[in-house]
Amino acid sequence: MNNGGARRMNGGGEEDDDEDYVNGDLDAWERTYTDERSWESLQEDESGLLRPIDNKALYHSQYRRRLRSLSSTATAARIQKGLIRYLYLVIDLSRAASETDFRPSRIVVIAKHVEAFIREFFDQNPLSQVGLLTIKDGVAQCLTDLGGSPESHIKALMNKLECSGDSSLQNALDLVDGYLNQIPSYGHREVLILYAALSTCDPGDIMETIQKCKKSKIRCSVIGLAAEMFICKHLCQETGGTYSVALDESHFKELILEHAPPPPAIAEFATANLIKMGFPQRAAEGSISICSCHKEAKVGAGYTCPRCKARVCELPTECRICGLTLVSSPHLARSYHHLFPIAPFDEVPPFSLNDPNHKLQRNCFGCQQSLLNPGNKPGLLVVCPKCKGYFCLDCDIYIHESLHNCPGCDSFRHSKADKE
Amino acid sequence: MASAPSKLYADDVSLVVVLVDTNPFFWSASSLSFSQFLSHVLAFLNAILTLNQLNQVVVIATGYNSCNYIFDSSSDLNQSFENGRMPVMCSSLLQKLEEFLIKDEQLSKEVPEGRIKSSLLSGSLSMALCYIQRVFRSGALHPHPRILCLQGSPDGPEQYVAIMNAIFSAQRSMVPIDSCYMGAQNSAFLQQASYITGGVHHKPQHLDGLFQYLMTIFATDLHSRSFLHLPKPVGVDFRASCFCHKNTIDMGYICSVCLSIFCKHHKKCSTCGSVFGQAQSEAASTSDKKRKTPET
Repeated sequence: MNNGGARRMNGGGEEDDDEDYVNGDLDAWERTYTDERSWESLQEDESGLLRPIDNKALYHSQYRRRLRSLSSTATAARIQKGLIRYLYLVIDLSRAASETDFRPSRIVVIAKHVEAFIREFFDQNPLSQVGLLTIKDGVAQCLTDLGGSPESHIKALMNKLECSGDSSLQNALDLVDGYLNQIPSYGHREVLILYAALSTCDPGDIMETIQKCKKSKIRCSVIGLAAEMFICKHLCQETGGTYSVALDESHFKELILEHAPPPPAIAEFATANLIKMGFPQRAAEGSISICSCHKEAKVGAGYTCPRCKARVCELPTECRICGLTLVSSPHLARSYHHLFPIAPFDEVPPFSLNDPNHKLQRNCFGCQQSLLNPGNKPGLLVVCPKCKGYFCLDCDIYIHESLHNCPGCDSFRHSKADKE
Repeated sequence: MASAPSKLYADDVSLVVVLVDTNPFFWSASSLSFSQFLSHVLAFLNAILTLNQLNQVVVIATGYNSCNYIFDSSSDLNQSFENGRMPVMCSSLLQKLEEFLIKDEQLSKEVPEGRIKSSLLSGSLSMALCYIQRVFRSGALHPHPRILCLQGSPDGPEQYVAIMNAIFSAQRSMVPIDSCYMGAQNSAFLQQASYITGGVHHKPQHLDGLFQYLMTIFATDLHSRSFLHLPKPVGVDFRASCFCHKNTIDMGYICSVCLSIFCKHHKKCSTCGSVFGQAQSEAASTSDKKRKTPET
């Protein structure tokens, strides 16, 4: 399969990249002696003629399909997103996780991507908390409690990666249910299970446990590494989560990072509440105080809790003395783009580009790159529905995935639609 | 999201994207005239280009009604030296700036009195970041990019979300945002921008010597900054302001749905219409329409 082959090459591609760069100036006949399968980069078009695969357009169309599916689910449900999330990550450390079909073994791949996921999660959800759970020898154990500091979770995970025994879905769900019942009512309860096994060894009726989770309003999602299982699919359908099975390492990375941005929240799941929070000021340079997290004297560079005046080292955190949640305004601002998303850009159909009445910008509005291919033919571009500015494909991806501002809309005070 | 690219560029080559504030409301009331300011800035840009042969400079104008690219030292039009003069002194920059100012004025419409006359900083920051992403895509060898804001207009509170988005995106791509604020009050946005992204913020006390401030603080490349003693961020205020009175508060209440900040306990959130303390019911659906409108 063409796509499978291309992806397999990219999956092991981290070390191939250096080789490709070195081999870049070899002749074509020399390249056939290296690992390049040049026949895979050809495709047939409608009339049966061969043409090379346009990777850029392929990547962009995959990206747009993903964007469209995300925005359609968001508009179908109520647009609210669960911004204060309490997520438990369940890692399967059974025998099946030591299989070597993912190189070097499933558990190493899982651990690597869980680390990246945790960092990305706290980047996108600074007010949320994560806890880690493991399933080993048929028993579920809590590795780390719910906490807001990525380093402690990652350190705890990397120490305990031995796999053995069976895996038990019911025990994990029971444990998670017990822990998540203790969190405040305004938080969104989520579980993400990374399941490597093909079976589950349960002490009782797992259907009852699933109903219990559904009643506790816990949203369970599963990412499988082996094959699709009915019980996982049933669990996710009942609780409103997503179930996906990873095909290879890069696909697994894509699937797990999809859980980092806040999911569209069902409003009935969490009560709205006013949460009391403090905005500490930075302590003056040179002031000496005893830090409440390390229990030792420190000089300057900390924050003072506004309620009890204890010193904390980093934000966001919970004051250990009085329990007040301490944040700074940029942490709240990190989540604002989830509340005010920008509209996806529309693709420009090629026939309208040749219309002489259509005034075409020669350069992308964001990066000033020329929008015309060599030979003065218009290349692929997109247009913002509000400000009608033209953007190149790379700017489109950057704007929607990282920047979350449309440069065109922000650069005109009185927009073309005359809306402020 | 595309990850930050591999940092394989030469140590001291820099790309400086300069955002020049051209807000007529500010310049008409400033002690430094716009033409004097321009002469300081042009000399500074030429100096950056002489520091290293591979340095690049891009100028984006931040106007009152619009923003646009003014100058790009790496484009083919600007490469030739006319009669041995410095490239930035050539008339194209000044000509394009004048065209921009004329067009910006034509876009003006009647504004109600009492509004803060801020320039469109979020627009020019977004354009600068898009340009920098293009430079990152161009290959393994590229200059260290950074952004320098020469700003005098006050902060426009309606741009808060857009500016914070730009700041976080710059932080992820590791692009420092330096800022030189020439206005009367302090600019909280620029202070936060420089603090979060690791840039330098400075408010010159004597605007007549602006060129000297620019050369000593903002001209050096990123690699050499670790050897220099630059102004440290002091007193960056990260406290939030409440949505109801716009006062700065150090303890407040946050709506768990939309993260709006209030200073007192309320029964209902004014931004998203959620009723506090009970499960969301169908009664809240009438405020759906109100919730959808705050799209900045």
